[in-house]
Amino acid sequence: MITIKNLVKDFGKNRVLKNIDLTIDEGKVTAIVGPNGSGKTTVIKSILGLVSPTAGIIEVDGKAIKDDYLYRNKIGYMPQIARYPENLTGNEIITMIKSIRNSNEFSDKELLSSLKLDSEMEKPFKNLSGGTKQKISALIAFAFNAKIIILDEPTAGLDPISSSYLKDLVLKQKEQKKTIILTSHLMNEVQELSDEIVFLLEGEIKFKGTIQSLLEDKKETKLERAIAELMNQDNK
Amino acid sequence: MNSWLSFYHRDTESQRKMKLVKKILLYEIHNTIRSKWVILYTFFFFLVGYGLFTFSGNVNKAYISLMNIIIIVIPLVSIIFGSIYFYNSREFIEMMLSQPIHRKSLFLGIFLGTAIPLSAGFALGFSVPFILFGKVSEQIDGFVLLLLIGVLLTFIFIALSFLISVKQDDKSKGLGLAILIWLVLAVVYDGFVLLIIYNFQDYPLENAMIILSALNPIDLGRILFLMKFDIAALMGYTGAVFQRFFGSSSGMIISVICLLIWIIVPFLLSSRFFKKKDF
Repeated sequence: MITIKNLVKDFGKNRVLKNIDLTIDEGKVTAIVGPNGSGKTTVIKSILGLVSPTAGIIEVDGKAIKDDYLYRNKIGYMPQIARYPENLTGNEIITMIKSIRNSNEFSDKELLSSLKLDSEMEKPFKNLSGGTKQKISALIAFAFNAKIIILDEPTAGLDPISSSYLKDLVLKQKEQKKTIILTSHLMNEVQELSDEIVFLLEGEIKFKGTIQSLLEDKKETKLERAIAELMNQDNK
Repeated sequence: MNSWLSFYHRDTESQRKMKLVKKILLYEIHNTIRSKWVILYTFFFFLVGYGLFTFSGNVNKAYISLMNIIIIVIPLVSIIFGSIYFYNSREFIEMMLSQPIHRKSLFLGIFLGTAIPLSAGFALGFSVPFILFGKVSEQIDGFVLLLLIGVLLTFIFIALSFLISVKQDDKSKGLGLAILIWLVLAVVYDGFVLLIIYNFQDYPLENAMIILSALNPIDLGRILFLMKFDIAALMGYTGAVFQRFFGSSSGMIISVICLLIWIIVPFLLSSRFFKKKDF
């Protein structure tokens, strides 16, 4: 379980997160949605310790993450943009992360072939396309059997086949009771994958609950419409 | 018993961090060594060394030419290579930090993984022509000293480039700043020193000169070399003052210590900033 209490983050004079209180339940898929610049990625990066909060506490499994780094053994992360040292190969990066995580739990065979990565793993990164790098990021996020998986716009830049495979993967992980956090601009994707939805606007949580409750509340059948309604309501 | 246990615990923690540094370092070296820039750099020193050892009749002349090339080229290449490398690694650093990695260990690993291959490229390119075309038994002193200066300057300017890159997120501003710092230390600084000497020629300037030289690693490298060859007067006033004040050997030790401080201070500062940096 991930608990965020009174999280505030300033970048210079700009307050990006304003008192975020959020509990992310175990074994569920939580989608963080909101327009560009609403603070989705900053929330995710705060959980990962990539961004240090101006104020507030973040706990993973009841333990504050400040000054800790070993808690990230529990997390698999797929960033929005994937870039790697251009002279290394996919296999080398995987070996490196394996040795850093001291993990024997790495199960890549199935993932490799499903993502059609077999033939790409020996090529240096400078010869790989953006989509392939993205797939390697997905591999790193999923292959270590981490109990928390964080995906920042996972399907952006993927071809339809890989994208649908990735979605299947998320659903499979969900069956295994993994905690999954994802951000996306694609509302049908969110509706397909998630249990819970967190709607962020200008650094504040405007809605948190199940997708069903949001749809019922707004009397809509499509999530996109319901979200648009939330935004309109805020403008009024 | 408790305190003993906690001591034991601390030890394994630091061992774990050292192992991390080693792992990161190995991968960084792997990556850097395959970079075409490092290969070009190695080849450059090979060519320069070959030319000077073969065609220059006088060894000391060859050494002084080499020194002049080393103290100009190494800082420039190191500060630019370091900045570009760090900026280009940004997303990769972000990904690594999302793994169970201690931040300062990662930073140390990247720093050494950049500085060691670049130093090795210089050392290799410079050593081969010396061994092949130089008189190894007679000229080994000067060779070792130049090697030492080159490696120290590489570490210093990589440390400076990391300091810039950690503090300045904008790549083009960072690179501009890197070139500016090189320009100031390699070119403008000497003019500034001359200006002071000219304007204050009626005053005793020895101590001021020593301090001014210690504030510029390129000057320190030059002094270190010239003192060894008892030709400090060649670099004018500062060298003469250094030699008179310290005598050759203690002067050299002090210069080396100052150069080491020039590595340690920027590195520690940037490591501190890196620890708090948002990605």
